[in-house]
Formats: sequence, C-alpha cells, structure tokens
Amino acid sequence: MRQDDLYINKIDWISIAIYSVLVIIGWINIYAAVYDEQSIKSIFDFSINSGKQLVWIGTAVLLITVIMVADYRLFENLSLILYGFFIILLIITPFIGKEVNGQILSVGFGAFRIQPAEFTKFATALALAKLMERSTFDLNQFKYQLQAIGVIMVPVILIMLQPDTGTAMVYFAFFIMLYREGMPQWYYAFGLSFIAITLLSLGIENNLFLAIGVGVIILILILLGKKKIPRIISLLGIGVLIVGYSYSIDYVVSKLPEHQQNRIMVLFNPNIDPLGVGWNVTQSKIAIGSGGFFGKGYLEGTQTKFDFVPEQHTDFIFCTLGEEFGWVGSLVVIVLFCALLIRLVMLAERQKNRFSRIYGYCVISILLFHFMINIAMTIGLFPVVGIPLPFFSYGGSSLWSFTILLFIFIKLDSHRIQLLSRIG
Amino acid sequence: MNEQRPITIIIAIIIIGAVLLTKLFLIQVVDDSFLKKAESNAIQRVVDHPYRGLVYDRTGKILVYNYPIFDLMVIPREFQVGDTTRFCEIFKISKEYLVETYTAAKKYSSVKPSPLIKQISTTDFARIQDFLIDYPGLFVMTRSVRSYPQPSAANALGYIGEISSNQLERDSSKYYRQGDYVGLSGIEGFYENDLRGVKGVKYKLVNVRGVDKGSFKDGEFDTASVAGKNLVSTIDLVLQEYGEKLMAGKRGSVVAIEPKTGEVLAMISAPTYDPNLLTGALFGNNYMDLNRDESKPLFNRPIMAMYPPGSIFKIVQSLVGLQMGVLTPNTTYSCNRSLVACHNHPSPVNLFGAIRNSCNPYYHQAYRAMINREVSTNTFKDTELGLNAWRESVLKFGLGSSLGIDLKNEKGGSIPSSVLYDRIYGEGRWKYSTIYSLSIGQGEMLVTPLQMANLAAIFANKGYYYPPHMIKAIDGDPNKIPEEFRTRKEVGVDAHHFDLIQDAMAEAIYGTAARAAIPDITIAGKTGTAQNPQGEDHSVFIAFAPKENPQIAIAVYVENAGWGGRAAASTASLMIEMYIRREVKRLDLEEYVLVGKFM
Repeated sequence: MRQDDLYINKIDWISIAIYSVLVIIGWINIYAAVYDEQSIKSIFDFSINSGKQLVWIGTAVLLITVIMVADYRLFENLSLILYGFFIILLIITPFIGKEVNGQILSVGFGAFRIQPAEFTKFATALALAKLMERSTFDLNQFKYQLQAIGVIMVPVILIMLQPDTGTAMVYFAFFIMLYREGMPQWYYAFGLSFIAITLLSLGIENNLFLAIGVGVIILILILLGKKKIPRIISLLGIGVLIVGYSYSIDYVVSKLPEHQQNRIMVLFNPNIDPLGVGWNVTQSKIAIGSGGFFGKGYLEGTQTKFDFVPEQHTDFIFCTLGEEFGWVGSLVVIVLFCALLIRLVMLAERQKNRFSRIYGYCVISILLFHFMINIAMTIGLFPVVGIPLPFFSYGGSSLWSFTILLFIFIKLDSHRIQLLSRIG
Repeated sequence: MNEQRPITIIIAIIIIGAVLLTKLFLIQVVDDSFLKKAESNAIQRVVDHPYRGLVYDRTGKILVYNYPIFDLMVIPREFQVGDTTRFCEIFKISKEYLVETYTAAKKYSSVKPSPLIKQISTTDFARIQDFLIDYPGLFVMTRSVRSYPQPSAANALGYIGEISSNQLERDSSKYYRQGDYVGLSGIEGFYENDLRGVKGVKYKLVNVRGVDKGSFKDGEFDTASVAGKNLVSTIDLVLQEYGEKLMAGKRGSVVAIEPKTGEVLAMISAPTYDPNLLTGALFGNNYMDLNRDESKPLFNRPIMAMYPPGSIFKIVQSLVGLQMGVLTPNTTYSCNRSLVACHNHPSPVNLFGAIRNSCNPYYHQAYRAMINREVSTNTFKDTELGLNAWRESVLKFGLGSSLGIDLKNEKGGSIPSSVLYDRIYGEGRWKYSTIYSLSIGQGEMLVTPLQMANLAAIFANKGYYYPPHMIKAIDGDPNKIPEEFRTRKEVGVDAHHFDLIQDAMAEAIYGTAARAAIPDITIAGKTGTAQNPQGEDHSVFIAFAPKENPQIAIAVYVENAGWGGRAAASTASLMIEMYIRREVKRLDLEEYVLVGKFM
C-alpha cells in the first residue's frame, strides 16, 4: 500500500489532462464529421462513428487502468518479448490478414481487428529503450549506431512490404530520440540538407537554377574562407555532389509510377490535377481555409459534412476542426499538442534512469512526427501520407496504440524514484 | 554536450507549432478565396424557371400555352448502363449517340448532371418512365415548350429560342444565362419582359456527389419564381384562321385593324408555317428548313414587305390637296393621257370622279398644283420646297417610318424628300416632271401592308388613328399596354374632307371592284396595283366597313395576282363578311379565292 500511495502521488496529471482534452475534442469532431442534418443521430449512437469512438475511448480507459495498476517493471522485462511478438505478427499479417485497397494491414476476428503496425511502435520504443539502457551504449560508436538503427529498420522493412509507406515513415521519428541520446550532429545536418536539396530539386522546375545557386554559394564560401587547396577541393566536391544528386532525383522521380510521381508533385502544385491526385489536398485546404478566424460553428461545416474531404474522420479529421472552429480552434489544438510534447520533454529529462528517458523520447518522437506530418499534410505542406492525428483520428488501433504508448511513459514516470533506487 | 539537445528539441517543437499556425493563419484568415471555393463546392444555385405567360386571342381562345417536355439527365459517376443494346432500344437512341453524349457529359463533370436525351415528349416519357428505376444515375428534368393549339398566326406570335451569345453580351440587366430561352420574334420577342416572368433562385446544399442535402440557411436567400404575365392579343382567331385559309397557296399579306382602337384583328403572312415546328427538339432542323425555303415563310410580310402604294395613294393625295386648299370637291381636270396613261372613263372629272375612276392624269395635274406653289421663282427650288412641305403632310398618315407596332423587325417604308432626289440627280437638277410618278403612288415610294391597313383605318376614322398593335391587355389590364397604343394620332386633315373620300370609296367598289360588294354591308374601298418589275403586278386592295360605323379596316396584298380588283378585293370582302357576320355566305366567291386562278 505504501508503494501505491507513493506512485499515485507522482502521476503527472498535466499530461493526462491534456490527453483527455485532446481525446474529447477529437471525439466531438468525429461526430461533426459524420453528422448528417437530414438524419440526426445522437453523438452516442453506436451506429455512427462517434458512438463507436466512444467505445474505443472506453476501452482505452480500461487499457490505461491496466497499465497503471500493472507492475512498472513489467514493461522493461517484457520489452524484447513484445517487440518479438509484434515483429512476428507483422511477418504473418500478409498471410492471415484482411485485404483492403490492396493493403493488408489488420489481423483479428470479426469486428475485433488490430493493425499490428500501430502497436509495433510502442514495442519498438520499448525495445530501443531496453537496448540503449546500458551505460556502455554509446551512440558515437558505429557499432551501437548500427544496433539502434537495426531495431528501427526491421519493422520499417516489414511495414513497407504491406505496403504502408506512411506508417513506415513514422519509425524514422526515432531519430529524434537518437538525437537526444547523442547521435552525432552531422548525421542530422547531412540528413536535413539531403531533404532540403531533394525538395528544392523537385520544387524548382529547372535544375539549372539550383546548380547556378549552389555554384554561387560554393564560390562565396571559397572566397570568404581560407584559401587552402584541400578546403577548395572538398567544397567543390560537395557542390558537384549536390548538383549531381538534384539531377538524379529528378531522374528517379521520372522513373516512378505515375501515381507516385503525382503524389510528390502535387505538393508543389496542387493545381496540376485538382480533381485527381490533388483532390485531397485541394479539398482539405478549402475546408480548413473556409473556416476563417472563428470557424463556421459546430456542426455548421459544409465541406467536411458533405464528403468533399475524403477520410475526414480519420486522417483528415483536422479539416473538421479547422472548418468549424476556425483558426482559434486550430490554435487551441496546436498549443495543446505543443504543450503536451514540451511537458513530455520535461518529464523525460527528470528521469534518473536511462530506460525511462529513452522510452520517453520515443513517445515524444512518435507523437511529434504524427502531429507535424498529419497537420502539415492537411494544409498542403507535406505530401498526403495516411497517418492519423494522435488521440483525434477515428479508429481503435490508432487510439489504443497512442494511449498505450503515452501511458507506459506516464507509468514509468510515476515510478521514477523507485527506478532510481533500483538502479542506484 | 547532450545537455543542450533537450532545449533544441523544445525549440523545434515550438517552431513546428508556429509554422503550422502561421500557415493556418494564412489560409484561414488572410486568404478568403477558400471560403468562396467552399461555397461553390457545397452551395448549388438552382434556378427556378418561371412559367412563361400565355397568349389569348381577343375572344379568349388560347393561342400559345406551355407544354411539358422532359430532359433525361445523367450523372456519369452514378450511371450504370448494363446491357447497352437493351438501353438503346428502350430509349430509342443509337449506340454512337449514347457513347458520344455520355463522353461529353463525363468530360463536363462526373458528378453534375448533364442532359443525355433532350426534349422527350409526354408519350415517350410515359413509355420510358418505368425503366428509369433500372438505371442509377438517370433522372428526369421537366421543362416546358411553347405550344399552339391552332397552327395559326405563326409570324405574328413569333417564337422563342435559346439566347445567342450576342444577345447575352447585350443583356445589360444580366438577367439571362447561357441556355435560357428568349422570345426571338413577333409578340414573343416584343413582350419578352412581360412574358418571361421572374426567375427564382434556390440555394441548395449539395454533397460531393451533387446529392441534395437541404436548403442553405433554411432558404433565407431563396426567391420564388414569378410566372410570366398572360397577354390578350387583339387577334381574332376566327378571322385569322379564315384569312390564312384564303391566302393558302398564295404569297401576300392581309392586315385587318379595328379602326377605333388600332387593334390588329388579323395579320396574315402567306406563305406561313405551323408555329409548332419551331418548338421543342426539332427547332434547329425545322428552323433551317424554313429559313432555306425559297418562299420565305419566316418573312413576316405584313410588316416587312414594302411595295409602292399604287393607286390607293391617290386618296392620300386627295386629302392632302383638300387640306392644303389646292383641291376642292369641285376641282376638275381633264383625263389628259399625254401626261400619263389612263383607262377609259368620262373626262374631265372632278375629285369624286377622279377617285371613283382612279384617274391618273387628274392626280398628275393635282399633284403638280400641290408641289409647285410658286413660292420660289426658281422652278427647281419651288419643287424642292413643295415636295418637302407635301412630304410633311404625308408622313402624318403613318407613312415613311414604322408605325411602332408591338412586333419585332417592322419596316417603315419610305416617302422621298428632296434629299433623295438631290442625291440621285444632283441639287437643282430635278423638278416636277422628274417626280410626277409620286402623284399616283409610284416611283421612289414604299409602304408596308400594315401601313396600308392603317390608311384604311384613318379613312374610316376621318382623320386619326391609334398605332396598330397586337396586344390589348397585359395580365388582364388594358392599361398596361404601352402608352403609345392608347394615344390617338391626328393626321392633320379636317374630318369633313373625309366625307367625300368615303363616298367616293364606297362608289369605287362598284366601279373597280364589283366582286367586293356585300349585300347590306357598305364597303368603302380602293383598288391598287403594286408594280412589280420582276413579274406580274401585285394585287392590292384596302377597305373599311361598314361605311356608316366602321368596324374593320383592311389591306390585302396578293403578290403576282395582277390588278387589285380581282384577288385582293375578293379576299378583303370575304374577310369583312366573316368579321362582321361571323360567317361567309358567298361560297362561290370563297371558292373563287381559294382556287386562286385570278389571271
């Protein structure tokens, strides 16, 4: 009993409060997304998605209870077993799963179906925390870098095979955690420049302009810095590499199947095919953009209500919010997400034990990535990839996996003193 | 080293939030184009087309009404044809037509309806109605076309058709949209603004598939359509139909006017066409056929054909002369055939005799007296002044410019002034001997059959007329017709001068048009012959009756029928009998006119 009192007093109610608010706002918006003025049903009606989401929320509360009462050591002990279990589940999904739109994402029986790829996220997070917990684990060493990336890449490859590119992409979010844990900075500098050059060479019609730009910058760098031969040669080499890469990316894109090409190109110009591949982005922007400052009012949205926006209760749920609650609504939700993420950073930093901290950063990484990519996609800042908005989007697998992910960390955090004493 | 990294991550989180919020601010608050796009997405403006006004004849018989037709619409995205052959059999279309129309519809929009088959008749609609349920994505839109219970008065009533791009551009009120139907000719054209009604608009919410999701803001912005106004025409359908029967197979015009009001009782343009041809699905083809027809059935002769007035103009000359004081009832001239040809009759004649015998030399001399008033010592100048003064008087008879009838495309004819002759011959190089043909209604002078009928009305009224018009009440209210049709116009000739004219016209029937006489109805008339350089002269006759209390004034033109005493006078006489007695007893005369062998 003494032990229970101890950890209940340490539970971070701020995170739980933000989580609860986000889940409730999400639920209210799911109702708005499926609301039909001509056949009004209660938000609790189980025949519509808001009623079903209520069931998912209820079961999520059950999951939270289970996590909170379970032994805190369980997660660390089970981490590798869970990881193994979900990897095996991912492997067998294509054979026992149900095919929808050419993708086999879920397994289960009847109404109870789960998407293993969603749950593999927290299992991978646990496995990474377990792997990196040892004090000898040093991310400056190539051996350990390879181990960590290996744990991440196994599920990525398996999910890519389903194929579910969006979900696979999420695993790259773990690099945020790796950054905190000491992964060399230049990896990120290199990675970000790589992304920047990719975007630039895709976005700029004529790569010649990019080449000229790069040339000018290199020239300035050469003239400004020390004029030593090795430096000049390496700078020139970098310039050639960048230009070469930018031409090759165009070449690679031109060899992609047309629908994938379009998915990329539509980011730069949604008008190339507003009724086809640009439809989602165009309609999503119209829905959000038409919300104005204060929004059209709850249940007054036309774009999301009348199915102009596809996937409006799942991946595009943010449209409903933007249309009906306007910029003010967007502000509230984005501030809540940022607050939760910052709060989680603070929690992670107060962990005295590496396992909890690493796991905490895994949670931050995944939530941040989902939050950023999902909203960016609805407002045309990022190509359309099918990943949900945490706590918001309709669906049991998604709500459950984010809930489990978050609450394992809250549980670990509440035991931070015991964990310290155990290690100490 | 790693201690700054949490700070970096927190800053990154804040930057990401700020970037998202900035972009959201730009599209939600700064850029308002999305709101408009959202409205055009979800708010559909549905025009509620009003019922076009009906047209009745003066006795209350319906002339024009609306007949429902059906357009079969297709929503490509929902449409499933199944067995194409069966579909084409049911809907009586060819496979090529189906493919072509469907492709075009799909190209326009896959979610918005496009017409698949236009203007299906009621009978065809009844047949296909039961099959519609088998084909998702098809629905029927009801429209109405104009319809005519009697195939009569086609040119007077006019027709409606799809608005042209030119008309759309000129429409400053911005009332019309592409595809709207407008009155293009006749009464339909002139009274377009009354007949069309007022379009209503409904704002509907539609979902992405175009499915109706109820009205926008509970119909706050909706307006109901207002049906067009019904018109009562001045046309007497019985007389109109009888006139068309008499003129069948001939070319020419008949215009009958009620003298006291200017109401047009009948306006026959021969050859004519069945107005039902220019409605519905076959409008395009039929219009092309009629337009190509060498007999020009679309040419509304009563108001568009222009002929020299011929002998009938002598009555105008007499009246102008009397009013000027140049002529008196006792003015006598000899029938001097060296001046101009004439036919055998006693000579010399006074004014009465001149009218009765239509004496050409009389008017040659009388007209000279009217023109050369010796105002100027210069003969040329004197002629010029005289002509222009005379012209002023003639114009008051409604000649030389259009009468302003409520039909589109009315021609005005022409009465020459000195300007014309100056242009032809040069200033100061023409005199009376140049223009004397005008004295007997020949030469550089043109009138329309309508103007001729109006002359008959002026003679009947002893000096005034109401501009002829086709509509006597709008929406049941006679005061809503245009003001000018209710304004009496004086011709500037004293009423007592008309007594002699009327007597002479009554006498003239027995001289030049004995066939036209009707027992117990005194007809005052005048024959004429419109010279036709291309062939046989046109037969012309004007009359009014009964002389004592004129109820009808009429002008008849029968082209290429020779001298006016035969074809035109007979037709006019039958029309008068029909109008006054409501039946025709002189069946032999009717037979004579129907057979039409006047030569």
